[in-house]
Amino acid sequence: MPVKVTAQRSAAAGGSRLSLDVLFRKFTGAIALLVTLSLAGILIALTRESWPALHRFGWHFLISTAWDPVSDNYGALVFIVGTVVSSVIALLLAIPVSFGIALFISEMAPRWLREPVSAAVELLAAIPSIIYGMWGLLVFAPWFGNLEPWINDHLGAIPWLGALFQGPPMGIGMLAAGIVLGVMIIPFIAAIMRDVFLVTPQALKESAYAMGATTWEVARYVILPYTRTAVTGGIFLGLGRALGETMAVTFIIGNANNLSASLLMPGSSIASVIANEFTEATTHLYKSALLALGLILFVITFVVLVLAKLLLLRLDRMEGRRA
Amino acid sequence: MISRYRRRRLLNAFNLTMAVLATAFGLFWLVWILWTTIRFGAGAVNTALFTQDTPAPGASGGGLRNAFVGSLILLGMAVAIGAPVGVLAGTWLAEFAARRRLGAVVRFLNDILLSAPSIVIGLFAYAIIVDPSGRFSAYSGGVALALILIPVVVRTTDEMLRLVPGSLREAAIALGTPYWKLVTRITWKAAASGILTGILLGIARISGETAPLLFTALNNQYWSTDLGHPIANLPVVIFQFAMSPYTNWQSMAWAGAFIAVAFILLLNLVARMLLGRRRPRA
Repeated sequence: MPVKVTAQRSAAAGGSRLSLDVLFRKFTGAIALLVTLSLAGILIALTRESWPALHRFGWHFLISTAWDPVSDNYGALVFIVGTVVSSVIALLLAIPVSFGIALFISEMAPRWLREPVSAAVELLAAIPSIIYGMWGLLVFAPWFGNLEPWINDHLGAIPWLGALFQGPPMGIGMLAAGIVLGVMIIPFIAAIMRDVFLVTPQALKESAYAMGATTWEVARYVILPYTRTAVTGGIFLGLGRALGETMAVTFIIGNANNLSASLLMPGSSIASVIANEFTEATTHLYKSALLALGLILFVITFVVLVLAKLLLLRLDRMEGRRA
Repeated sequence: MISRYRRRRLLNAFNLTMAVLATAFGLFWLVWILWTTIRFGAGAVNTALFTQDTPAPGASGGGLRNAFVGSLILLGMAVAIGAPVGVLAGTWLAEFAARRRLGAVVRFLNDILLSAPSIVIGLFAYAIIVDPSGRFSAYSGGVALALILIPVVVRTTDEMLRLVPGSLREAAIALGTPYWKLVTRITWKAAASGILTGILLGIARISGETAPLLFTALNNQYWSTDLGHPIANLPVVIFQFAMSPYTNWQSMAWAGAFIAVAFILLLNLVARMLLGRRRPRA
């Protein structure tokens, strides 16, 4: 921790020193504020650029499923639904897997194995989105396409839920995109779960073990309740990542600008439609509608990330106490 | 009682097995992706890749020279803008705002910026540079990448400077060192490897970024080093080539992907070695 030394005190020795010290503090402070203000800048710039579309369609933009560049009629609903559905699929996959990984690293793995396994899982986050997308389209989707007839026959036969799993075995589509997204956010969620699991007080765990609890019971009834807030924060952080993920989704989601009941059908997310159509957007209103989608995405992810960080403040405090 | 005991043991064994399987599942994807990239990519690497420019649709031969150079130019611009800004902002956070409310707010918002979708950053760069200037350009791409780099550098600089022991600062102050000199000559030096690591991790993060470049640097089939015009770059070329129906384009995309992944993994490795155990959460 740095010592708090005010500029006045260290500057008491001379006038020129005062000005340099103050200048340095003000200059770095101005740059830090500038970085922070860029968030506000993003909001203002995107609102200004998307104003023509927002003005023309109003709130209707949010609930309209139209997306017709020919007649210049746009709505965001298809893409908002696509973004949310693919992210929810990703979370359904990533949460249990991340929990398992964190549990393995913090409670089961021998000490020498912790660091390599953690590092390997974190590498998943280092691989760029474009590589996931390319791999997803050229390797994963054909493989997944072979699996889909089975999904059709078995999951598709379930009453009510079955409609979600019926469709042609194309490989690409909402479900495939959700799965790849899930793999992409595993490292973020797993890292936070692992960190908080590791800072759970040893005495708490040991007292449960002393009562005869099994490792699973300690995880379920001691560690998880103790770390609930931060775990939720980690999940929100993963959600924030999934919502805005672009290239991987663009490759795999199938890019169909309509809603379908089945998860095996192609769809679109906010990010994928912007990536696909931005350079082709010829009319002013078209481009403005795409920027409005970007604004919606920014607002959604901003809210999710703020929630995540608020929940994670607890983690920082816990680590601070340990340090 | 026996059956209850056994049930608990079984549940424990089952769930712990699932945890091991979950770990194996996570690592399985990593191995699968890396293995595919090596299998399709390593074989497609040849000298033409580095000596020739991207080919026209349907044409045979060609390489990725313009894309490699373009990417390096974009990275260079991003680091030239992002590294000083990030280090200075991080310095303010650690040295002047460590316990101030304003510092906490800036730190909080910087973390949000760190996780903000890169496509939104790209749209922002489009809105403030491309749209007013009327054309796609390399420098707008550099600015977009810098905006993604900055929060990474701010965060690591802040964390690394706060690890510098207070006694070091006290010793310098006791000798009458002005605070600006204390920061530039002593704490920066003490945290140098950490700050450098932050910059390296930031470079690793932006060198695969594709989405923001789609609206800024765009792409260029030809050799160009003109910052005022669209410039070829590796991620967008990979995107275009991987989506294409031409097999020679696809194999070139794999070669590019292989080189990008190798570069990024190397940066991560160097960063890890530089830092040893004092690794910040990213």
